[in-house]
Amino acid sequence: MDKTQNNKAWFLVLPVLLLVAFSAVLPLMTVVNYAFNDTFGNNEFFWAGLEWFEDMVTSDRLHDALGRQILFSAIILAIQVPLGIFIALNMPKKGFWASLVLILMALPLLIPFNVVGTIWQIFGRVDIGLLGHSLAAMGIDYNYTNDPLDAWITVVVMDVWHWTSLVALLCYAGLQSIPQAYYQAAKIDQATRWSVFRYIELPKMKGVLLIAVLLRFMDSFMIYTEPFVVTGGGPGNSTTFLSIDLAKMATGQFDLGPAAAFSLMYFCVILLISWVFYTVMTNLDREENR
Amino acid sequence: MSRITLSNLAHSYFPQPKSDADFALKEMDHVWDDGGAYALLGASGCGKTTLLNIISGLVRPSQGRVLFGDRDVTDAETTERNIAQVFQFPVVYDTMTVRQNLAFPLRNRGMDAGYIARRIDQIAAMIGMEAMLDKKARGLTADAKQKISLGRGMVREDVNAILFDEPLTVIDPHMKWELRTQLKSLHREFGHTMIYVTHDQTEALTFADKVVVMHDGRVVQMGTPEELFETPAHTFVGYFIGSPGMNLFDAEVSGSEARLGGVQVALGAAYGPTTGRTQIGIRPEYVTLSDKGVPVTVKRVEDVGRHRIVRAELQGQSLNAILAEGETVPADPRVSFAAGKVNVYANDWRVLPAENGRGA
Repeated sequence: MDKTQNNKAWFLVLPVLLLVAFSAVLPLMTVVNYAFNDTFGNNEFFWAGLEWFEDMVTSDRLHDALGRQILFSAIILAIQVPLGIFIALNMPKKGFWASLVLILMALPLLIPFNVVGTIWQIFGRVDIGLLGHSLAAMGIDYNYTNDPLDAWITVVVMDVWHWTSLVALLCYAGLQSIPQAYYQAAKIDQATRWSVFRYIELPKMKGVLLIAVLLRFMDSFMIYTEPFVVTGGGPGNSTTFLSIDLAKMATGQFDLGPAAAFSLMYFCVILLISWVFYTVMTNLDREENR
Repeated sequence: MSRITLSNLAHSYFPQPKSDADFALKEMDHVWDDGGAYALLGASGCGKTTLLNIISGLVRPSQGRVLFGDRDVTDAETTERNIAQVFQFPVVYDTMTVRQNLAFPLRNRGMDAGYIARRIDQIAAMIGMEAMLDKKARGLTADAKQKISLGRGMVREDVNAILFDEPLTVIDPHMKWELRTQLKSLHREFGHTMIYVTHDQTEALTFADKVVVMHDGRVVQMGTPEELFETPAHTFVGYFIGSPGMNLFDAEVSGSEARLGGVQVALGAAYGPTTGRTQIGIRPEYVTLSDKGVPVTVKRVEDVGRHRIVRAELQGQSLNAILAEGETVPADPRVSFAAGKVNVYANDWRVLPAENGRGA
């Protein structure tokens, strides 16, 4: 059957295109501009070619920050995904308690990032913070301002506190969609608790888990505000993640060229890793279908 | 394998049931004999599934006891009861192959690999899925999945009973007939107690030796298909079994005659005085349409292929009659009832003739 071809409807997308152009594409172009040029102000630009990119690719400072960033995201995922699943499995399924737990779980997600940072910054202080002071009173040597390991632990625990809810809530939604008959059939088949998880719950949660992993990876890879407020990237450079380093470079040292080149590569890395996650996880799915 | 006894059983989904209406299952005593093939028939929401889940232990009854043989299993977990159950909608383990799905109940019970392999071959042949054994279950069609569910239900040989909860809902008609035949031959071969829940009377009547009809949380009658047809114990059975269902008329019964408005109908037997709402019931199959008997008004005639159904009115009450092929509706239509086939009901329950008192 021949359909009348009329693509005029595409014009309806125009307003959105304009909005996106002004809010995202054009600002990004200024970054591109800085990445390939050098400037001494006065809106005068000198062509720099790939120089800034070469600088950045070979910079030890960036390599270290990237290493810390990957380690941070890996730790975050390794804790938050299993913990989120575990919490989701143990949340009440219906009734008053289900609503209450849902609200409590959602609370950390509603707190602005810099407030989360401030909460933990104060919470962990040895002089006045409940956590820091209590630990000190118990004789545990804890000080996130001068011990790199303590700083890491603080930042990781803070992120777990802030974001595990997201994974848990997504998994909870996945679990709620499993019909009761599956659990009944599993009982009839004398399946163990582990089998129920492995063969019923996990396969049904896979879709939401993919989203959870992607979101958590992207967010943790871009993390800025919370560690900046708590540790400011220190002690030394021990918690200087990519975004913190980038901000230091761009607004602290005013090295706009290298910072712009860094931003573009940073963006591409996130895009690339997210794409790899997505492709691997959807391909696993397809293979199973055969 | 053992006989299953439900003693003084009732169930409500409310924690504190106030009235009779709060009970999904009204108080009942019932015995399922070892090795019987039962169909549990009733309209949607009459408590069939609840009853099944109580037998398999998925639901704990609010009152009464469940016995397997002499053992009280009321508080026993599903896993201890050794029951197989197939649900209305397919339940398969998505990430497993068909073979792994079928092996799952056996493997969980620690059977040895050789036995499992042999058993799976038998079951696969039975459900016609030998060619698909190594496919992942999730990519299959709904009826293939349901066949896997059925296969998983039948794979264990030592079960106390196999419960089917409307298992053929998603299967296409041709396959339905074939699978039902398979279930039937499986029953003959192994003699498992089978309880088959359905709301489809054809399915019930072809599968079972004994049909249990439920209505509004009660078992209203258990009997052979013939008993259900000839002597329904409750007006619901009369109406639910048969197509169209039994004709019911409000009437006054005295002795061996019933009075419907202005006309007399012979009952074929004498009845004592009745209390409550009195009705007489007669199957459309036993209504003869001719120029003799009581006058009726014919509303319409439906051709259903092998025969025709005449929708008529008798003394203001609706009446169905079956007209064999080739017969015609007379110009002055009158009906007569086969005398021995008329049943009498008081408050919906069948009344036995003479001094035998209330039926059912």
